[in-house]
Amino acid sequence: MRRYLLKRLVTTILVLLLSMVFLALLVHIVPGDAARTLLGPRATPELIAKVRAEMDLDKPPMVQVGLFIWKILHGSFGTDVFTGRPISMLIGSALPHTIILAFSSLGLAVLLGIPLGVFSATHPDSWLDRILALFSISFITIPSYVGGLFLLLIFAVQLRAMPAIGVGEPGNIPDYIRHLILPAVALAITWVGYLARLVRASMLEVLNENYIRAALAAGIPLRKVVYKYALKNALIPTVAVLGVGLGNLMGGAVFVEIIFSRPGMGTLIYNAIQSRNYPIVRAGVLVVACLFIVANLLADLAYTYLDPRIQLDKMQG
Amino acid sequence: MEFVIRPRSRVQIFLDRIPVLGEVLQRPLGALGFFIVFMFLVAVIFAPVLAPYDYAKQDIPSMLQGPSRAHLLGTDHLGRDLLSRIIYGSRIALIAAVPSVSIALIGGIILGLLAGYIGGIVDDIIVIILDTIKAFPAVILALAILALLGPSLVNEILVIGLAWIPGYARVTRAQVFSARQNLYVEAERSLGAPSRRIVLQHILPNILAPLLILAAMDLPVVITFEAGLSFLGLGVRPPTPSWGVILAEGFNFIRQTPWPITWAGLTLIITTLGFTLFGETLRDVLDPRLIGTRRA
Repeated sequence: MRRYLLKRLVTTILVLLLSMVFLALLVHIVPGDAARTLLGPRATPELIAKVRAEMDLDKPPMVQVGLFIWKILHGSFGTDVFTGRPISMLIGSALPHTIILAFSSLGLAVLLGIPLGVFSATHPDSWLDRILALFSISFITIPSYVGGLFLLLIFAVQLRAMPAIGVGEPGNIPDYIRHLILPAVALAITWVGYLARLVRASMLEVLNENYIRAALAAGIPLRKVVYKYALKNALIPTVAVLGVGLGNLMGGAVFVEIIFSRPGMGTLIYNAIQSRNYPIVRAGVLVVACLFIVANLLADLAYTYLDPRIQLDKMQG
Repeated sequence: MEFVIRPRSRVQIFLDRIPVLGEVLQRPLGALGFFIVFMFLVAVIFAPVLAPYDYAKQDIPSMLQGPSRAHLLGTDHLGRDLLSRIIYGSRIALIAAVPSVSIALIGGIILGLLAGYIGGIVDDIIVIILDTIKAFPAVILALAILALLGPSLVNEILVIGLAWIPGYARVTRAQVFSARQNLYVEAERSLGAPSRRIVLQHILPNILAPLLILAAMDLPVVITFEAGLSFLGLGVRPPTPSWGVILAEGFNFIRQTPWPITWAGLTLIITTLGFTLFGETLRDVLDPRLIGTRRA
C-alpha cells in the first residue's frame, strides 16, 4: 500500500512538472512572436521588447521553462499586460465560480443518477428499466453546450422563467443560486445518464453476490439490503470516475460559462484567447489541469482506500 | 497421429462474425442506432442531391424565418436555408471526425506497442507523457493549443488527434502486455524471431479488433467535440456549415429565432445517440469483455 501511494505521488508530481514544461514551451510552436501577436500590429518596438522581457521570451527556452516553474512555485503567474493586475488575482476571482458550478453539477448528477441506477438495477428488464436506459443513453449523448443552449432557449428566452446571464447581484445568495440552476443542470445532464448506467451495471453485479442472497435469505427486508449492503459496494466504481468526472465538468464549464455569460475559468481563458493574451491562457489552463490532476489523485486514493482488493490488481498491472 | 492446431487470431474471429449486423439489428436499440447512422451516411453521400438550396446562398429578405414549405427547417440570419446547411454539416462532421480518430488510433498504437513491448524505462517515459496529455481536460488542451495555432479545420483535427492518443495508447499497451504472455509469442521468440516481426505480425493483428471498436465508439464523441470547438469559433470557420457554427450563429440570434439552435442541437444529439447505440450494440455482440473500457 505504502509503495503504491509513493509511486502514485511521484507520478503526480512528475506529471505536474511536465505540464508546466509543456505550457512554457507551447509558445514556441507557433511561427511568430507571442509578444507581438499579443500587442497587435501597431505596438512600438520598445513596448514589444518590454513585454518580451516581462514574458521572459528574450531568454533561452530552457531558462524560460525554469523561470516559469520557479515563479509558479512562488505563487506568481506574472502580471496582465493590459490591466497591470496580477494574473493570480484574475484567477482568484474567477476560480470560485467555476468550482461552485462544477460541484453543484456533480452533486446534482449524484443525487439524480444514483437513485435512477439503483431503480433500474432492482427492476431489471422491466419496461421502466428499458425507458430509463434509453433516457440515460440520450442524456450521455447531450453535449453540455447543446444542453445549455436548449435550457437557455426554453427557460430564459421563451418562458422567461429563469435569468439568462451572469451570477446575480453580489452578496445576494438566493439570487446567486437562481443564476446557478440552469448552468448546473446543463453541465449535469451527461453525468446523470452516465452515473445511472454505471450504478445500474455495478449494482446488478453486486446483487448477484452470495452475501446479498444470504442477507435476503435471512429475511432482511429488500430495501435495507439494497440501500445498506449492496449500494455501498456498488458505489466504489462510481468514486473512481468522479475524479475524471470533475475534469470533464471543468472542460464542459467552458461552454456553459460562455453560454450563460458567467464569470469563471472558462470565460477567463476564452476571453484571453480572443485577445491573444497568452500569459493568461497559459496560467488558466495550468490551474485547471492542476485541479484535474489533484481530483484524479484523490479519487484514486479514495478508491484504493474503499476497496482493499483494488490495490492487488494495480500491483500486477 | 499428428495434430496441427492453428491458433485463430482475434481478427479471424472478428471476420467470421461479419454477419453480426443481423444480430445488431435484432436488438431494438441497435436497430435504431443503425437506422440513424445509415441516415447520417446518406446525408453525407447525397448532400448535393438532398439539399434543396445552396448552403451558402444568402437571401436577406427571407432571413430568420420559421419552418415553411419553401424552407422546411426555416432560415438563418442571412436567409440561408437551414435544412441545406444541416445536411452539408454532416460532411464536415465526418471530415473532422474520421481523420482525428485515425491520428489518435495510429499514434496510440505506435506508442502503446513501444511501451508494451519494449517495457522498462521506455514504458515509464511513454506512460508519463500520456498521463501529462491526459492531465488536461480535452477542451482545455484544445483551447491552449488552438489559441496559438489559430482556428482552422486542420489544426482542430490535429489537436483532437493529440487529445485522444492516450486512450488508444493505454488500451494497446494493456493488450500487448496480455498478448505477450501467450504461448505463440514465446514460441516465436524462442525460434529467434526479431521483435519487430513478433510485434507487427503476431501481436498487432491480435489486438486490432478491440481498438477498432473503440475507434468506432469514439466517432460520435469526436463529432460533438468538433462541433463544440467550432461553436467557440476555434474550429471550422463560417460560412462552412459545421453544426457547431450553426449553433454559434443561432446563439447570436437566440432572441430573434429559436430554429437554428433547435435543429442543429437536435441533429447533434440524434447523430451521437445513433452512433452510440449502434457502437454499443456492436461491441456487446462482438466482444462482451470490452464492456466498460470506453473513455468517460
